[in-house]
This record gives sequence, C-alpha cells and structure tokens, in this order.
Amino acid sequence: MKIKAKNLYKIFNGNDQEEIELLKDGMSKDDILGKTGATVGINNASFEVEEGEIFVIMGLSGSGKSTLLRCINRLVEPTSGSVEVDGTDVMDLNKEELREFRKEKFGMVFQHFALFPYRTVLENAEFGLEIEGVDKETRKEKAMTALKQVGLEGYEDQMPDQLSGGMQQRVGLARALAVDTDILLMDEPFSALDPLIKKDMQDKLLELYEHIDKTIVFITHDLDEALKLGDRIAIMKDGEIVQVGNHEEILTNAENDYVAEFVQDVNRSRVLTAEDIMDKPEAVLYKQDGLRTALHKMRRNELGSIFVLGENREYRGIVTIEDVVESINKDKENLDDIIKEVPLAEPDESVNDLFSKIADIDTPLPVLDKNNKLKGVIVKTHVVANLASEKV
Amino acid sequence: MVIIINSIIELLTTKIPLGNWVENLVNFLINNFSGPLNNFSSFIEFIVNGIESILAFPHPLVLIAIFAVAAWKLKGKNMAIFVALGLSLVLNLGMWEPLVITLASIITSVLIALFIGIPIGIIKAHNKVVDLITRPILDFMQTIPPFVYLIPALMFFGLGNVSGVIATVVFAIAPPIRLTYLGIKQVDEELEEAGHAFGANWWQILLKIELPGAMPSIMMGINQCIMLSLSMVVIAAMIGAGGLGKPVLRSLNVVDIGLGFEAGLGVVIIAMVLDRMFGRDS
Ligand SMILES: Nc1ncnc2c1ncn2[C@@H]1O[C@H](COP(=O)(O)OP(=O)(O)OP(=O)(O)O)[C@@H](O)[C@H]1O
Ligand SMILES: [Mg+2]
Repeated sequence: MKIKAKNLYKIFNGNDQEEIELLKDGMSKDDILGKTGATVGINNASFEVEEGEIFVIMGLSGSGKSTLLRCINRLVEPTSGSVEVDGTDVMDLNKEELREFRKEKFGMVFQHFALFPYRTVLENAEFGLEIEGVDKETRKEKAMTALKQVGLEGYEDQMPDQLSGGMQQRVGLARALAVDTDILLMDEPFSALDPLIKKDMQDKLLELYEHIDKTIVFITHDLDEALKLGDRIAIMKDGEIVQVGNHEEILTNAENDYVAEFVQDVNRSRVLTAEDIMDKPEAVLYKQDGLRTALHKMRRNELGSIFVLGENREYRGIVTIEDVVESINKDKENLDDIIKEVPLAEPDESVNDLFSKIADIDTPLPVLDKNNKLKGVIVKTHVVANLASEKV
Repeated sequence: MVIIINSIIELLTTKIPLGNWVENLVNFLINNFSGPLNNFSSFIEFIVNGIESILAFPHPLVLIAIFAVAAWKLKGKNMAIFVALGLSLVLNLGMWEPLVITLASIITSVLIALFIGIPIGIIKAHNKVVDLITRPILDFMQTIPPFVYLIPALMFFGLGNVSGVIATVVFAIAPPIRLTYLGIKQVDEELEEAGHAFGANWWQILLKIELPGAMPSIMMGINQCIMLSLSMVVIAAMIGAGGLGKPVLRSLNVVDIGLGFEAGLGVVIIAMVLDRMFGRDS
C-alpha cells in the first residue's frame, strides 16, 4: 500500500476536539459552522492508494478535495488522524524530516500552475532539483528530459507568460516529473484549461503514465475526467468520503443518494455535444492565401478540403481539393470563386443533431462560436463512432 | 465628589512634561553611550570619505564618461546622452566638488537605509509582532518634520556630514521597509505553497520565491529612498553637511538668486540621473 490515510479530520478556525465530537455525534458541516463558527475541511476520511494506480478524488467545490490532498504531504496539518506513506507515519516527522520526505516522495501540480513568472521554462522545471541541491549539470539534464517528456522541447528559454495555458501546465507537470518521485499529487491540474486542451493533456498524462512508474493522486470535479483517468475514484461531500470504487461500482452501484445524483447528473450532461467530439482544425487558409498555398496546405496535411478564415479569423467557408486543382489548371489565382458554404454547427449542439447535418455532406463540419470564429472541426467518422459507443 | 472633579481638572491642566522626558533621554544617551556613538560616528565618516575619495580620484570628465557608459548599459543611448550633458553642465557651473560630496553622502545614506530597511521589511512580512510594532514607528518617522530630529542628531554626532547622513537615513528608510514588506506580502500564496511542496526551507523560500517576486516592489522602494535622500540635501546642510546644499543655504542667507539657482539645478540633475538610472523602466 503506497498511501494509507485513517480517520483524518481537519477543522479550520475551531477548537478542534469540540468540533470533532460534534461530527461524531452526527452534526452536519453547516450546523457546526452555525454553532461554533468553525469550518469542517475533512470529516473522518479514510482511504488507501495502491502502488502504481491513479487514484481520483472527486467532489463539488468546497467538498474538501484540496484539503485532503494536502493532508497527504502535510501542506495542511490534519487536526487528527494518521497518514502513512510507504510505511512512514507522516504525522510523526518533525519539520526537517518532513521537508526531506517531501523532496523524496512527492511531486505536485497545481490548479493555477503556480509557475514562477521570473524564471524561464527550464528554470521552472529545475526548481525542485535546485531545492534538493542537485548540481547544475545534472539539474539541467533532468529538467530537459522532463520537458521533453511533456513535449516542450525548444521552449526552455521562454518565460511562462509567453506560453498558452496548456503549455504552462505542461511546465508544471515537467517540474513535478523532474524530481523523479514515486508519487504525483495533482490538484485539479486541468480544470483551468479549455475543453480541447484539457482532452489533450489528459491523453498526455495517460501516455506518460504508461511509461513512468508513479502513483498518482488526482483531483477533479469532473466525472468524465475521473472516469477517463482514474483506476479508482473517491467521491467527497462536505469533507466526507462518501464512496470509493472503480468505474463500475461508481456508475452502477451508487452507495447513497448523493453519489447517485452526481452520477445521474453527469450522465445527463454526458449527452455529447459538438464541443466534446470536435477536433482542432489542423490547417486553415487565410483570406490572402492563394490557390497554390491552398493546395500545398491540403497536401501537407492530407486533407480533402480546408476551411477559409477571413479578417480576425472569422469563418468564411470551405474549399475542396478538386476545385482548387481545377482552378489552378484554368490559370486562376483567386480563392474567392470556389469558396463553398456547408452546414454549420454550434459548440453545444448535441451529437444526434450533428448526425443529421453531416449525413449527406462530404466535407467536415465547422463548429463556430457566437462570434463566427472557428472553434473546431467535426469529422463524420467521429460522430458515427461516438453514436455507436452511446448505443452500447 | 468635588475633590475628584478638582483633581481631574488639575490633571487635565497640568502639562505633561513630554519635552523634558525626551530631553532627559537624549542627555542620558549622550552621557552614557558616548563611546559607541563616537565609534559609530567615525564609521560613517569613514564610509562617506571613502566614497568621496573614490569619486574624486578620477578626472571629472573620466567620471562623467563612466556614468554615461553605465547609463548606456542600464537604460540605452538617450539616457547616456542625458547623463553626459547634465553632469557636464554641473562641472561647467563649478559645482563639481559639492556634487561629489553630495553624491558620497547620498550613496552612504541610501546604502545604510537599504542595509537596515530591507531586512526589517523582510522580518516585518514574516512576524506579526514586528509588523505591529513597526507600523506606528514608520508612521511617526514619515510624518514628523525632519527639523525636529536635526537637534538630537546634532547632539549625538555634532556638526557635519555624519549628522546629515543620520538625519537622511531616518527620513528615507520608511519606503524600503514598507515596499519590501508589501512586495513579499503580495507574492502569490500558491507559489509559496509550491515551494513548500517541493521541500524548500525558510531560506530557500525567501531567496528563490519571496525576494524575486517582491523585486519590482523593492526596486520601487530603492528608488523612493534615493529620491527622499536627495530631498534632504538642503536640510542636511543646516547641520553642517557639505555638498550642494551648502551653496543653496548660503544663497538664501545672502539673497544670491543666481548661486541658489545653479546649486539647485545641480540637485535636480543628480535627482533626475539617479531616478532614471535606478527607477522604473519607462
Ligand atoms: N485555509 C483555510 N481556512 C479556512 N477554511 C478553509 C481553508 N481552506 C479550506 N477551507 C474550507 O474547507 C472546505 C474545503 O475546502 P477545499 O479547498 O479543500 O475544497 P475543494 O474541494 O478543494 O474545493 P474547490 O473545488 O473549490 O477547490 C471549504 O469549506 C473551505 O472553505
Ligand atoms: Mg480545491
């Protein structure tokens, strides 16, 4: 057993024992706040994480996920209870031992990335090693390896604010990977990211997980994410762990109303929308691009058709490779004559509706936001695949 | 009843001998700590003189060139031209020697203020008690007119540059303390948490997270410290400090408008040079 937490309590701003007694008597978090002014962070939480698994902690905002995660490395001091990591009782460590233990055991990734804005990407990735006192050469080597793992080669000299959100979180991940600990603690690492990038990062994490030998404790408030990543899932409510189980158990065997509601809620919203299944547009044409550029871009990306964007990346239409070739043969230069209209989709349109739209066209379907900007592309085969899997 | 009221009235109308107390305290300090005070005084004198002789050693034109090159490196070509022209003007007006003296006192004052102020700011940011204690003291130091502490400074350190430096430090030390404190307080808590999560100790958190994060604010504190020091140049001259303040003061006494303007311009020029070189990037 990698991590073993038993009867953890965390009371904020209280007299501790008094509130714990009230909790044991069955008083609720809200009532305790009303009566004593203290906030219940964790209420009698026990769980075990096995070596090499991804353990997901899920729950609504304020349910105590972050607090529970931080009890594992004692960034939050539990009010009572015990935490064991690799057989060591974390509560027994003094300050100095605790610091050493953190260096040895934990890498951590934060919701808002927590990158140092005055450090380059490489220096950020080196941070943990620097704290450990690793020499410069080794530090750089290990940090570069970590950056390569997350796909950030070539960005090492950039500053964090020059990167997109997804890339910033890759730096955060690289910083945690570079210290080469057995345990990764991840506090809603992807919650602040756009849906598409979020999907990307989840895939990246799973891919990494295949190659590294780590135990991951992952926090999310998103059941889809939990199901995608987690070997086992713990669901929290008001500081309590209300159920722990694998996918099957959580989805089919809700232990109480709260979990049932959670799961049902998510299932209802799980009616997939355009946003869920769209892909990033691989290549697009701009207003000023000519026919030859069009041909080149399509050939390079192996596309049969390509979207055209106008000023401010506003969507204009689509051109097909046949039309482009024909126009070039007729010695024309301009794209305008061959731009075609196709049906459009909105991000929150359901997959069922999309199906009827896409059934009788040969081109992909553009997903546009309210401002007419291209958000993504829907390819016919994907819709069909998704519909098929829904039926199962 | 009447007796009580009477004694209250008496209490209210009897003047509290606050002035006497302060005077006694100062006298007590002078009588009992003259040894350490003298040592301290000669130490400061030593620094001021040291810096002054370094600045006075090369030919003025060489020094101007050095300043111009430094300005070039720090802030670019325009700044270099401005520095060269400004300092040449001071040289041309015959104010070079007082300028060097003023510069030496300012550098000394600023160094002392930063050397004391930044650590106090750091401690203040980490310690509630120190924070509470320093708050009223800083308010007091920032609002009390500098003339009030010229006299004790004089009594402790006599007429001359040392008194000037001490008065200047008292006047200019608040911004480095306050802005170091503020800069550290403003560092994102998540960043400090990241530091702890990776096992950083107190010093590592301070040096790798808090100070770099507070740097812009600390730089602002340094800049304000320099500016406040410069604004003390004339006042410091009243207690015998040499430099550009002296001719300004003299011109006041003899109503010499021209001299006053020339020396005043010298102060303005160093103020602008130092402000641009150690200040906000424009
Ligand atoms: N430092 C603190 N002082 C007082 N109360 C706190 C503190 N940290 C957390 N809490 C309270 O403890 C409870 C659990 O908070 P926690 O941050 O663990 O929730 P969470 O599940 O991570 O929520 P979110 O999804 O919003 O991050 C909340 O009621 C919160 O208000
Ligand atoms: Mg949280």
